[in-house]
Amino acid sequence: MAETAVRMEAGERTTTRPGFLSRIFLHNLPAKIAALPMVLTVLVVFVGCTIWTIYYSFTNSKLLPTGKFVGFDQYERLFATSRWNVSVWNLVAYGSMSLVFTLVIGFILAVLIDQKIRFESAFRTIMLYPFALSFIVTGLVWQWIMNPTLGLQGTLRNLGWENFTFDWIANPRMVLFALLIAGLWHGTGFCMVLMLAGLRGVDEEVWKAARVDGIPTWRTYVSIVLPMMRGVLITAIVIIGSGIVRLYDLVVALTNGGPGISSEVPAKYVFNYMFSGGNIGQGLAGATMMLLTVLIIMIPWAYLEFGGKGRRA
Amino acid sequence: MQHSVSIRDLSLNFGNVKVLEHLNLDIAQGEFIVLLGPSGCGKSTLLNCIAGLLDVSDGQIFISGKNVTWEEPKDRGIGMVFQSYALYPQMTVEKNLSFGLRVAGMPKAEIDQRVQRAAEILQIQPLLQRKPANLSGGQRQRVAIGRALVRDVDVFLFDEPLSNLDAKLRSDLRVEIKRLHQRLKNTMIYVTHDQIEALTLADRIAIMKNGVIQQLADPHTIYNKPTNLYVAGFIGSPSMNFITGTLDGANFTANDGTVIPVGAYQFVSSAPTGSTKAVLGVRPEHIFIGDEAQGMPYKATAEIEIVEPMGSETLAWTKVAGIPVTFRCSSDIPLAAGDTVTVGFDIARGSLFDAGTENRL
Amino acid sequence: MSQTATMTGQPAVAQDTSGPRGPRPKPFFTPKKVILYTVLVFFSLYYLFPLYVMVVTSLKTMPEVRFGNIFALPTAPNFDAWVKAWTSACTGLNCNGLAPGFWNSVKITIPSTIVSIFIAAVNGYALVNWRFKGSEIFFSILIFGSFIPYQVMLYPLVMITREMGIFGTLQAVIIIHTVFGMPILTLLFRNYFASLPQELFKAARVDGAGFWRIFFEIMLPMSLPIFVVAIILQVTGIWNDFLFGVVFAGTQNYPMTVQLNNIVNSAQGTPEYNVNMAATVLTGLVPLTVYFVSGKWFVRGVAAGAVKG
Ligand SMILES: Nc1ncnc2c1ncn2[C@@H]1O[C@H](COP(=O)(O)OP(=O)(O)OP(=O)(O)O)[C@@H](O)[C@H]1O
Ligand SMILES: [Mg+2]
Repeated sequence: MAETAVRMEAGERTTTRPGFLSRIFLHNLPAKIAALPMVLTVLVVFVGCTIWTIYYSFTNSKLLPTGKFVGFDQYERLFATSRWNVSVWNLVAYGSMSLVFTLVIGFILAVLIDQKIRFESAFRTIMLYPFALSFIVTGLVWQWIMNPTLGLQGTLRNLGWENFTFDWIANPRMVLFALLIAGLWHGTGFCMVLMLAGLRGVDEEVWKAARVDGIPTWRTYVSIVLPMMRGVLITAIVIIGSGIVRLYDLVVALTNGGPGISSEVPAKYVFNYMFSGGNIGQGLAGATMMLLTVLIIMIPWAYLEFGGKGRRA
Repeated sequence: MQHSVSIRDLSLNFGNVKVLEHLNLDIAQGEFIVLLGPSGCGKSTLLNCIAGLLDVSDGQIFISGKNVTWEEPKDRGIGMVFQSYALYPQMTVEKNLSFGLRVAGMPKAEIDQRVQRAAEILQIQPLLQRKPANLSGGQRQRVAIGRALVRDVDVFLFDEPLSNLDAKLRSDLRVEIKRLHQRLKNTMIYVTHDQIEALTLADRIAIMKNGVIQQLADPHTIYNKPTNLYVAGFIGSPSMNFITGTLDGANFTANDGTVIPVGAYQFVSSAPTGSTKAVLGVRPEHIFIGDEAQGMPYKATAEIEIVEPMGSETLAWTKVAGIPVTFRCSSDIPLAAGDTVTVGFDIARGSLFDAGTENRL
Repeated sequence: MSQTATMTGQPAVAQDTSGPRGPRPKPFFTPKKVILYTVLVFFSLYYLFPLYVMVVTSLKTMPEVRFGNIFALPTAPNFDAWVKAWTSACTGLNCNGLAPGFWNSVKITIPSTIVSIFIAAVNGYALVNWRFKGSEIFFSILIFGSFIPYQVMLYPLVMITREMGIFGTLQAVIIIHTVFGMPILTLLFRNYFASLPQELFKAARVDGAGFWRIFFEIMLPMSLPIFVVAIILQVTGIWNDFLFGVVFAGTQNYPMTVQLNNIVNSAQGTPEYNVNMAATVLTGLVPLTVYFVSGKWFVRGVAAGAVKG
């Protein structure tokens, strides 16, 4: 009786001892067939393709990935290319601004929505709908709004505000902010939803205790509730962060990297070298650098989440 | 004498759900009041109104003679302890205790002194630098009490503070809360749905049902002279035996025809005239057997159906002339299912209720 | 009732009953409320403005657009730009409008959604109820793999699909969407199945039901909510995809987002902003409809995808 129970829970434990191979392949066969796509995805795509890319980033492959091993040549060339360096700098600048603003705005909006307001669901709906749209749509709308002659700038100048300037999209120094406005429009609502879920998860009695203690509302949010939302915050940072590293469609639609190369990003650099630049080795080296960036974000998170002091309650 | 807490005509609705209606309650200085009632009867709601965490719909609340109906919780001179402890999880115990005082801008020396005193009273000095996650349930609840203690207030409010603890800890902490009350002598209002807690801790118990206080009295009165059938049935385990019948003149006639003289019964006002449908209630421990039964004014024969030995005492489930009756006796008396024994009781210790209004006669 | 009054008694000591009584006064305007709603309305304008501009511009004629007030309502709203965007807007050389892109997106989204959800559902079920040696390890890698930038795997995947002879076809895009949708969907289903009472599964096993029978007859009927969430997640996600469409679908099968971007960003001649905006609205229409129809479910979807990690 106990034995059947164990077998049912663990699945893989059997009392008979069939041959090694049949034990691996035949036992629990339907489950293994069902999991086959996952196994293939993991082995072929996530592990296989990644290793392949890392390996070939050390070759001088041009049009086809057949080149010979050249060590770190591709990486040296990568960091000697101004377009790549601009891309990396843009990613760092845009990424840090985007991360901070998304979190701050998302948190503030969540706090505001949390104030037992009227029309709560209307406000929530309005804030989240951009997230349902694609980056292409987002980019194109903002491209039109920021159109220097016919967009916001032109309109306000026509209305008599002669000096009004909002040409960020055409100004190499400001184009990242144009990207930021569109990016925040798309993503802050999502962050707000995450934060709101976190806020609503806080025990109501903690709020009552803070009120009895005479702690002002803002102070309760900052000193008590925010630290309690550590899990949600980390999740948000990881999701926003890995989205930033992937940033591609928005740039293509909004600026296509311009003016000049002033809004290029690594994902676009990689894409162009792989599929139109005819220099696969460069693209793969860039991709490997992107992977490295993600690992740098992910490893501390994975450590906090799964390692260290064991699982959080 | 000045009341510590007075509630005048308090009503509270959530939308159009009326939870409390025209509730009045006066609590003396230093009194330990327990609000007892089934789940959803409005105990927490009442407590939150007193604390100022809920906006009342109508009525007034006075604390230490001051009308605090519109005051913020922090200005009411109350401290509160919650069922889920509600500690600030990212702060050490010390910070948990001192945070409110620091926010209020109290001098550091004074804060330290108060924290030390609370820690000493509750014996949590060794835990001051720990975070709540590293404390046991009992320790957490002590810290929660400490947070109310450092506020140095007149009135303590407890909302089921022990119900997240296991039975052993619960009885330990119960004693500690009682000790705390004896030492501090401030007013305590304590919500629970555990009647043992209520009976052991309270100076007076308020039994609530559907937002209405059914009876407010000391534990002895609540137990022995319940004001209506609801209170009689709610308090006591196993429940009081109820026998329906008719009361006329000096006799109570049970539905099966058994006649019990009620001459020795103390009526609330006077015995009703004429014949009244009534319910007779007798606590299981007020029914005696053996020699003791012989001395009782009323005796009957009981057939024992089930015997439940509970260690120090024994419960017997019996039938007396077809009516189910439970009684409790010393475990020294040998009983077995199927036995027939003589039982007796004194009507003076019973309770009579009007079957219509359900109120005590 | 009447008795209660006597029990609780009248005030023993006369107290000043003239003071505050009833609820705290709540003025309609407080500085806090004014600030709160001002900020909320300000942000709402930021979020709504692009939608407004998009729709308004698409209903104008080009001369009106050139007049240069993007706030203004169209003087004579008309759908000419919509018709043109749908039927005859040019992407580079050919001028077939967005319609082919729309149908391509439909042809990509429907099978990709079905296939990816089916595979992930079965996979999540196997992971919860039929664990085998290594299943948890594969699952962990799957989840971590979802953070790898797509660019890292893109080129080898092009080569693999080319070897399979499906590069530049709908099958390739469908497979790619299934692969990259797998981590989040599997997570979703795994967590959901794990939250169901295990007794049902065990009882069915004792009755002798097998893997597929339990899945179809016991698990599926209980999983409607999670399927709704997954469908919302996948339909919007796949419809909005650009990268996989542009790489794997092939010119004939470009999805709507790619066509849209081509219409707006690589058109020759004078740009027709009203047509561009009409095309943009049209592309956004499907996910927006899903969003507004699904309401709370969409929120659940994005939150489930994120918080459960
Ligand atoms: N925020 C609210 N909105 C609407 N109804 C509520 C709200 N809070 C409580 N209630 C209702 O008010 C009634 C009293 O609730 P209350 O929490 O005071 O009960 P309680 O006596 O404390 O019960 P318990 O022993 O379960 O804690 C319940 O019927 C409850 O459903
Ligand atoms: Mg309660």
